[in-house]
Amino acid sequence: MSMQQMTTNQRLSRTIQQIPPSGIRRFFELASSMEGVVSLGVGEPDFVTPWHMREAAITSLERGYTAYTSNSGMYELREEICRYLSSSFGVGYNPNNEVLITVGASEGIDIALRALLDPGDEVLVVEPCYVSYDPVVRLAGGVPVAVRTSLEDQFKLTPEQLEAQITDRTKAIIFCFPNNPTGSIMTKEELNALARVIEKHDLIVISDEIYAELTYDTDHTSFASLPGMKDRTILLSGFSKAFAMTGWRIGYAAGPEDIIQAMVKIHQYTMLCAPIMGQVAALEALRHGMDEKDRMVESYRQRRNYIVKAFEQIGLTCHKPEGAFYAFPSIASSGMTAEDFAEKLILEQKVAVVPGGVFGDGGALHIRCSYATSMENLEIAIERIDQFLQKHK
Amino acid sequence: MEREKQRELLHILEENGRRSAETIATMLGTSIEEVKETIEKLEKEKIIIKYPAIVNWEKVDENDLVTAMIDVKVTPKREVGFDEIAERIYRFPEVQSVYLMSGAYDLSVVIEGKTMRQVAQFVSEKLSALDSVISTTTHFILKKYKHDGVILEKPEDDKRMVVTP
Repeated sequence: MSMQQMTTNQRLSRTIQQIPPSGIRRFFELASSMEGVVSLGVGEPDFVTPWHMREAAITSLERGYTAYTSNSGMYELREEICRYLSSSFGVGYNPNNEVLITVGASEGIDIALRALLDPGDEVLVVEPCYVSYDPVVRLAGGVPVAVRTSLEDQFKLTPEQLEAQITDRTKAIIFCFPNNPTGSIMTKEELNALARVIEKHDLIVISDEIYAELTYDTDHTSFASLPGMKDRTILLSGFSKAFAMTGWRIGYAAGPEDIIQAMVKIHQYTMLCAPIMGQVAALEALRHGMDEKDRMVESYRQRRNYIVKAFEQIGLTCHKPEGAFYAFPSIASSGMTAEDFAEKLILEQKVAVVPGGVFGDGGALHIRCSYATSMENLEIAIERIDQFLQKHK
Repeated sequence: MEREKQRELLHILEENGRRSAETIATMLGTSIEEVKETIEKLEKEKIIIKYPAIVNWEKVDENDLVTAMIDVKVTPKREVGFDEIAERIYRFPEVQSVYLMSGAYDLSVVIEGKTMRQVAQFVSEKLSALDSVISTTTHFILKKYKHDGVILEKPEDDKRMVVTP
C-alpha cells in the first residue's frame, strides 16, 4: 500500500475532467451576488404550481403515501400520460411497457443516452440547445457532434444541416422543439423532411418535447407521431414547464418497448423510482390542470408579443419565438460578445440575461431572455436594456 | 374583437387598469384602434364599470379606517321586493357594498368609517331607523389579508434562483 495521496487529476475520471464546467455557473454567481436585479435569466415558469396540485400532494402525504412506487412509476400516471399523448399528439403508447416516469426530463435524457450508446458512438446534438445534452452524451461514453441551426432559418433544423454531420458512427440525434433557448418550433412539414433523412441513415431520435404545451401560433407536432417514427423515437417530456412544476422533478419517457425497458433497467438501479408525492401531483395536473395550463400559456403569449416588439423598438433583431418562453435576440449590432454584453448589462443596469454561447457556439452573438416574469419586470428590463444600448452606441 | 380576445383584454385590465392601449394591443396581437374601440364599448356596456386602485390603508397611518360587515334582515316590499330598500341603503356614502344574500339574513352591507363609534352611530341612527329593517348584526373586520383577489400582507416573492438553465 502506498502512503502517497493521489492528485485530483489521478482521482477523477478522464471523462469528468474533460467536461468543462457549466458556462452558466460563473454568471449565476455574479447575478446571485447582486441586489435588485431584474432577471430575464430564469429558465422556468414564474408561476407557482397551481394550488390543487400542491394540495393533492399534501393530502397524499397526510394519508401516508410515502413509499416506493413501481420502478416505471405509478400505473395510473402512466395510463394518464398515454391518454394525454394520444389525445393531444395522436401517438399511442402502451402504459405497461412503453412509458417510464423519470426524475424530470433531465433523467430521461441521461438514461436514454446510456441505454443507446457504446463507447465512440456519435450523437448529433442540435444547437443552440439546453446545456446538458453535450456533457450527458460524453458521460454516456458517446461523442457529441454539434449540428448548428442559424438565425437565417429561424433556428429551425434543415435536412441539409443534418445530413452534413452524419457519419457511419452516428447512432442517434437529440433535439428539442419548441426550443430552449431560441423559442423556435418545427412544423409537421419541416419535421417530415427531417424524418426522411433520419430514416435513410437509420438513426434513433431523442425528442425532448418538454415545451410541447407552450406554443403560441400553431399546435405542437410530436416527432413520434410522424409515419414510421414512433419505433425509432424516444419522446421525452415532463410537467415542469407546462404545469409550473420544476421543483417536483417529474418527467417521462415514451418509446418503443425495447429501448424503454433498457432505460427502466438503468432507472431501477440508479433512481429506483420517481418521488411518489411528485407523481401524485403530476396525476392531478393531467386530470384537472388543463385550465390553469391554458391560462399560463395565454399570459406567456401576451408577454412574448410584448417582448418581441419591444426588442425591435429598441433596435435588437429578434426572430419571433413560436414556443417555450424565451426570446433570443441578436446583439451583433452592439459590437460586443454575448458574454461581455451580459456581464456589462448586469453590472451597469442590473438586468440578468443569459449569454447565448452557453447553449452552443451558434448562440455566441445572442442573449437568451426569458419572458417568464411579470409584465412589470419586462417593462423595467426593456427600459434598462434600452438605456444600456444608448450608452454603448 | 372576438370574444376570446375580449375576455383576455378584460383579464389584462383587471390585473392592471393602467396598461396603455398600445401595450395591450401588442400583448394581444391586435391594433391599438381595436383595443380602444373595445374598451370604449365595454365601458358603455357597463362591463368595465370603473378603474379603482386597491390601497392598503393600513399602511397609511392617519387613515386607519374601520370596516364592518352588517347582516341586515328586512321586510321586502310588495312589487319591488328587496330592490327599493337595497337602494335606500346603498345611497349612503359610507356604504361600500350591498349584496342580497341567501340564508339567514337578507342584505349584507359593508361600511367603512373613521372610528368604531362612527360605524356604530351609522348603524343605530341611520340603518336601523329605516322602515323595512327588522334587525342588524354588525361584524367588525380585525385584519385584511386578501382584498379583491389581491394579497395585502406579504408580496408574493419570486422563489426562483436568479439564473437557471
